[in-house]
Amino acid sequence: MKNFIFKTLFAFSAFALTLTACKKEDEGLSGTQSVIIEMDNRAGDDELVFGKNYKTANGDTVNFSLFNYYVSNFVLVKSDGSEYTVPKDECYFLVKHEDAASREIELKGIPAGDYKAVRFIIGVDSLKSIAPAGERTGVLDPTGAGAGMYWSWNAGYIFVKVEGTSPQAPINAGAGERIFQYHTGLFGGKDSPTLNNLKTVNLSTGSELIEVRSNHEASTVHTYVNILEMFTSPTNINVATNPLSHAGAFSKTVANNYADMFTLDHVHNHN
Amino acid sequence: MRYNSYFRTIALLLGIALAFLACKKEAKEDLSDISIFLPSNFPAPYYNLSANPITPEGFALGRKLFYDPILSRDSSIACADCHISYSAFSHPDHGVSHGIEGLLGRRNAPAVQNLIWQKAYFWDGGVPEMDFIAINPIENPVEMDESPANVVKKLKRHPEYPALFRAAFPGRDTIDGPQMLMAFSQFMGALVSANSRYDHYVRKEAGGTLTAEELAGLETFKVKCSACHSTDLFTDNSYRNNGLLSTFTNDLGRFEISTIQEDIGKFKVPSLRNVELTSPYMHHGKIKTLEAAVEHYNSGVKDSPTLDPLLKQNGQLGIPLSTSEKQNLVAFLKTLTDQTFIRDTRFQKPE
Ligand code: HEC
Ligand code: HEC
Repeated sequence: MKNFIFKTLFAFSAFALTLTACKKEDEGLSGTQSVIIEMDNRAGDDELVFGKNYKTANGDTVNFSLFNYYVSNFVLVKSDGSEYTVPKDECYFLVKHEDAASREIELKGIPAGDYKAVRFIIGVDSLKSIAPAGERTGVLDPTGAGAGMYWSWNAGYIFVKVEGTSPQAPINAGAGERIFQYHTGLFGGKDSPTLNNLKTVNLSTGSELIEVRSNHEASTVHTYVNILEMFTSPTNINVATNPLSHAGAFSKTVANNYADMFTLDHVHNHN
Repeated sequence: MRYNSYFRTIALLLGIALAFLACKKEAKEDLSDISIFLPSNFPAPYYNLSANPITPEGFALGRKLFYDPILSRDSSIACADCHISYSAFSHPDHGVSHGIEGLLGRRNAPAVQNLIWQKAYFWDGGVPEMDFIAINPIENPVEMDESPANVVKKLKRHPEYPALFRAAFPGRDTIDGPQMLMAFSQFMGALVSANSRYDHYVRKEAGGTLTAEELAGLETFKVKCSACHSTDLFTDNSYRNNGLLSTFTNDLGRFEISTIQEDIGKFKVPSLRNVELTSPYMHHGKIKTLEAAVEHYNSGVKDSPTLDPLLKQNGQLGIPLSTSEKQNLVAFLKTLTDQTFIRDTRFQKPE
């Protein structure tokens, strides 16, 4: 009798196991799917629109005309804490505000599973920044898709490039206008040090997980990118006194400020 | 009489034909054995040669680009206009370089040689990879003032370049910037100067005799100069202030790259190879002769917060040198002149 019960239980559990296994198949928990990181560029609570006025924390009126940035080295963190690193040759993206398609970052071939966080770098990591020319293709080609995002005299990528006008900015001698320019780069140098303005962003999904399923459409991680964060926290930038920042020491302040401009708004899963 | 004129005509015709053949032969230059010379008295190169192996087609393409003014905005100036082969690819007699529309730069054009052993390029070391050198002068508003993306466009439209790129980089469907940069590196990387009389001397090769004066200069050099101008590349690849100025305002040197206060006024220690041919000297090109460059160390060193401690020992500025030491040093520096290098027709403007 005991034996019978065990046998039945055994058979039953085996059945149940195959069932869940089948169900797993059905739920698309094997295989891969893309994850879309949607970069929603914003200015405070508003959508970012070039040519519109916004107020910085310092009280300056700013009007943007350019907002480009590199994001790279994406890592997805599973709910069990294990990590999936997007392969090197597919992990560099250049977001240009005026190019809507570039704001949708598709991370391809993510193994099915539940993910609780996304991690990435603002900029281009130091290894890639000194890689041979043959490995600088696509958005990393300063003579092609990456044009305008590279300093030739202090060789390296411009990680974040912000330009615009402000009535508080002094008249720029070259431009003849009240402009501001914050071009931030510098990966730490090769053999001799330079500033290192690379920043890592960690976006946790909170209670909602990114459910990657091979049989569903790609999930979207809706990310807010608040350009006004570049002007504040930890240090308020005063456009009148610091209208320009390139490869100088002040770029550290700018980078520390923009390090927290990315926040995760919500995850959109399809089922 | 008649025969005579007949013969003359034939001779003339033959002569023309021969001249024609000779010309043709010259145009058909053989680069099949092009390689990068790795001299036994040099350390291992920094540049990763295996990521961009030299080929005759890649070298020839890089050379054509180097000599072609198409790289500048108004097609008026080529790399080779400021980097001239007979002066070891420096800009002789130009304190600072004259670029597009005659605009003046603020630095002296150094020799282009032995690049694969350098850790960084330009006086401030702003470019740490050889592959990315060319973008700098192309974009520089006082040099070529052109966008590299536009250069690639011009090359695509050109009657000759597309075929040359296909030959150099088979299997790529279109010209792109990385290919252009790799071709540049294949040409510039092959510009190795290591056949001076000094090299033959250290490698114990034929033609390697130094005079007593030159040998004495070498000894002085080892004691007084080689801390900075070290190894047979004559540089330790570091940035130093050798006391040219007491304040640096127009050009802050390495500081412009590192933003570290201690780097104000520091410049890359230059190699001294072919230094006889690369006058004027120093980053600002204000020292005209080798004698004056040597004299600078003896009596011209100016103090400033970042002056190299080697040039201020026991509170004394500079490196004391006797008259004969100075003469010997100049004699020694001239043994670093490499005639084979500057006369190598493979490095010169192609027909
Ligand atoms: C108008 C003159 C001019 C033109 C044209 C020019 N250069 Fe230069 N080049 C210079 C000057 C001046 C420097 C030093 C600049 C500095 O250190 O900031 C330099 C430095 C260099 C160096 C650095 C060498 C070293 O040891 O650090 C290389 C290599 C070089 N140029 C290659 C090129 C190439 C390739 C081109 C064409 C794409 C080119 N140059 C066009 C003037 C010129
Ligand atoms: C403390 C390090 C140091 C020492 C020691 C030193 N040099 Fe230099 N040398 C440099 C630096 C740095 C430069 C470039 C400076 C600049 O342009 O700002 C230079 C430049 C030169 C140049 C000019 C090269 C060119 O292409 O423009 C010559 C020639 C030279 N040195 C010779 C010597 C001789 C000879 C001695 C020994 C008496 C010597 N140096 C000792 C650091 C040093």
